[in-house]
Amino acid sequence: MKKSKTIKVDYLARVEGEGALYVRIKGGVVEDVKLKIFEPPRFFEAFLRGRHYDEVPDITARICGICPIAYQMSAVHAMEDAFEVKVEGQLRALRRLIYCGEWIESHALHIFMLHAPDFLGYEDAIQMAKDHREIVERGLRLKKTGNQIVSLLGGREIHPINVRVGGFYKVPDKRDFIDLREKLERGRDEAIENVRWAARLSFPDFEHDYEFVALRHADEYPFNEGQIVSNKGLEISARAFDEHFIEEHVSHSNALHCVLKGRGAYLVGPLARYNLNFDRLSPLAQETAREVGLTEVCRNPFQSIIIRSLEMLYAFDEALRIIDQYEKPDSPSLEIQPRAATGYACTEAPRGMLYHRYRVDDGGIILDAGIVPPTSQNQKTIEGDLRQFVTGRIEMPADQLTLQCEQTIRNYDPCISCATHFLKLHLERE
Amino acid sequence: MAKRKPKLAVWKFASCDGCQLSLLDCEDELMAVADTVEIANFLEASRRVTKGPYDLSLVEGSITTPHDAERIRQVRRLSKYLVTIGACATSGGIQALRNFKDVKDFIRIVYATPDYISTLDKSTAISEHVKVDFELRGCPINKRQLLEVISAFLGGRRPNTPAHSVCVECKLRGTVCVMVAHGTPCLGPVTHAGCGAICPAYARGCYGCFGPMETPNTASLSDWLIGLGASEGEIARTFHGFNAWADEFRQAGDLNEKKQDDQS
Ligand code: SF4
Ligand code: SF4
Repeated sequence: MKKSKTIKVDYLARVEGEGALYVRIKGGVVEDVKLKIFEPPRFFEAFLRGRHYDEVPDITARICGICPIAYQMSAVHAMEDAFEVKVEGQLRALRRLIYCGEWIESHALHIFMLHAPDFLGYEDAIQMAKDHREIVERGLRLKKTGNQIVSLLGGREIHPINVRVGGFYKVPDKRDFIDLREKLERGRDEAIENVRWAARLSFPDFEHDYEFVALRHADEYPFNEGQIVSNKGLEISARAFDEHFIEEHVSHSNALHCVLKGRGAYLVGPLARYNLNFDRLSPLAQETAREVGLTEVCRNPFQSIIIRSLEMLYAFDEALRIIDQYEKPDSPSLEIQPRAATGYACTEAPRGMLYHRYRVDDGGIILDAGIVPPTSQNQKTIEGDLRQFVTGRIEMPADQLTLQCEQTIRNYDPCISCATHFLKLHLERE
Repeated sequence: MAKRKPKLAVWKFASCDGCQLSLLDCEDELMAVADTVEIANFLEASRRVTKGPYDLSLVEGSITTPHDAERIRQVRRLSKYLVTIGACATSGGIQALRNFKDVKDFIRIVYATPDYISTLDKSTAISEHVKVDFELRGCPINKRQLLEVISAFLGGRRPNTPAHSVCVECKLRGTVCVMVAHGTPCLGPVTHAGCGAICPAYARGCYGCFGPMETPNTASLSDWLIGLGASEGEIARTFHGFNAWADEFRQAGDLNEKKQDDQS
């Protein structure tokens, strides 16, 4: 007998923003998979025109409340590219430090509040806390320490006010880090425990030969700098992004799908960074990865929860390294001389590579802006994963299949608010 | 019989998710909040959705689509109290910058196939659509104030959230005035309190993310800013920021824009 069914989830939960999923199965074959993004568009690229370059880190932060630092970092680096300024030394280190804070805060939010309940069979972290209180509390502690880094350097956790083109408005004294340092040390120990815990979860047997895309830097795990590379031979600078990537607008979505010209879907985010940069992780993070049985290659998107935990450990380690070598710089920022030019930058948001491009006039006014967030880059890959995942499990009861489809989406920590600058599940078995 | 826990719902319209994230950012209080209220609808945090009516609805985001204009009426019908959280819900947010332009041009700039996009030509505050019981300011809101608002409404009292300016918060905090000491332009004198005067403490001027205070003297501040060497264009841009569609900031921005045009 030929079986048909539809999987529909109208409002996907535990994702950042609003979206829906629609899968149609006919005659035992997956006919259609759509990840719909109906988050209303907010037109950032349009109203950035006519604004002053100095306002751009504050404005673009408002694209996403979960990863404002990523927007601020891509914005300032793109502007500095346009104005031929290079922020180095301690100011550069402080930018890495604030990014560590955002990775910890964002990864902790996803690991404990959004992703873990899927693995342990709960609807949310609050329900999960009834049986796993220590795990949820550990998650909240880790998250809080990440937030503390961001507020110390940025003034507040969400939409920090201290990041500017050329550096910061104000830089901390060495003694400001004393209390934070203690918390980071405790956090690092808990982060190791957490990698071990994540590795003991059970994972569906699922792998895919992705094209991973991430930044790669000469000697660091990537945050703000590096070449855009892939495991299939791509190696370009951010300036060449538009030549190699193209955004497509599909009818079922308010988000734009980004693909590699002539090659199609690719994957950004923790899994991509890990596969392309294992050798750039700190010795402690590498050692912990090996201890829990990971190799340098991980192609199971469900295991992204372990990789996120490892990246969180790395961020603690790196934050401590930065604080220990910190000396207060003489000036909080570099002098900026605007000029008519176009600037480009990619940085590594917690969810993956984030591209910004700005064309400015000689007074520093924006003439044109282009932003490609991680979720629009991953959307096609998520749809591909869903197709492959459902194809292998067509006979599964609808409830269970729907839940596992949702989990497949949550593997990517999709940030829908970002993608519209993106989700809801419809599973149709006719 | 055990007393029924009050039901809390969190709703999202056009926004960045930052204001609802503020609730999850209450790391020390979150478990206690979850013990006192039933989190009945909070999609960013849970798959579980309990049917209304709800005792308290927190609304994030502005109205930008015909569908959302309908959805907010439904939320109002289901809610005993409706509180807006943040600049998007309270004044239309940064996305209200479209209100000054032709939205069709905006769609064309961002999307290759404009026909796929359904949107209203204005981004508007929740209060332009339904009755709002309380508006919490900020882009983003302050999480301490959020906790105060939740406990006040569930306790049946008015929230204690000061209505003075950011200027007063600087004085309370002991921050030296950035305009007087460094000549840095600042919207503190006309901006609603709540953040705790963060920007001046970080050596920069306030850019008004908490929106206008009651009866702000924007004309006198504009003169002062000009005196500090700011241009009308810069002042207009600052008023036309995260609360651009709040009456007082809109008008102050328009006025400075007009002066700039008259000069050129
Ligand atoms: S008010 Fe600001 S922080 Fe809050 S949802 Fe809107 S853009 Fe985000
Ligand atoms: S000082 Fe002004 S711009 Fe800065 S956080 Fe407070 S209200 Fe917002």
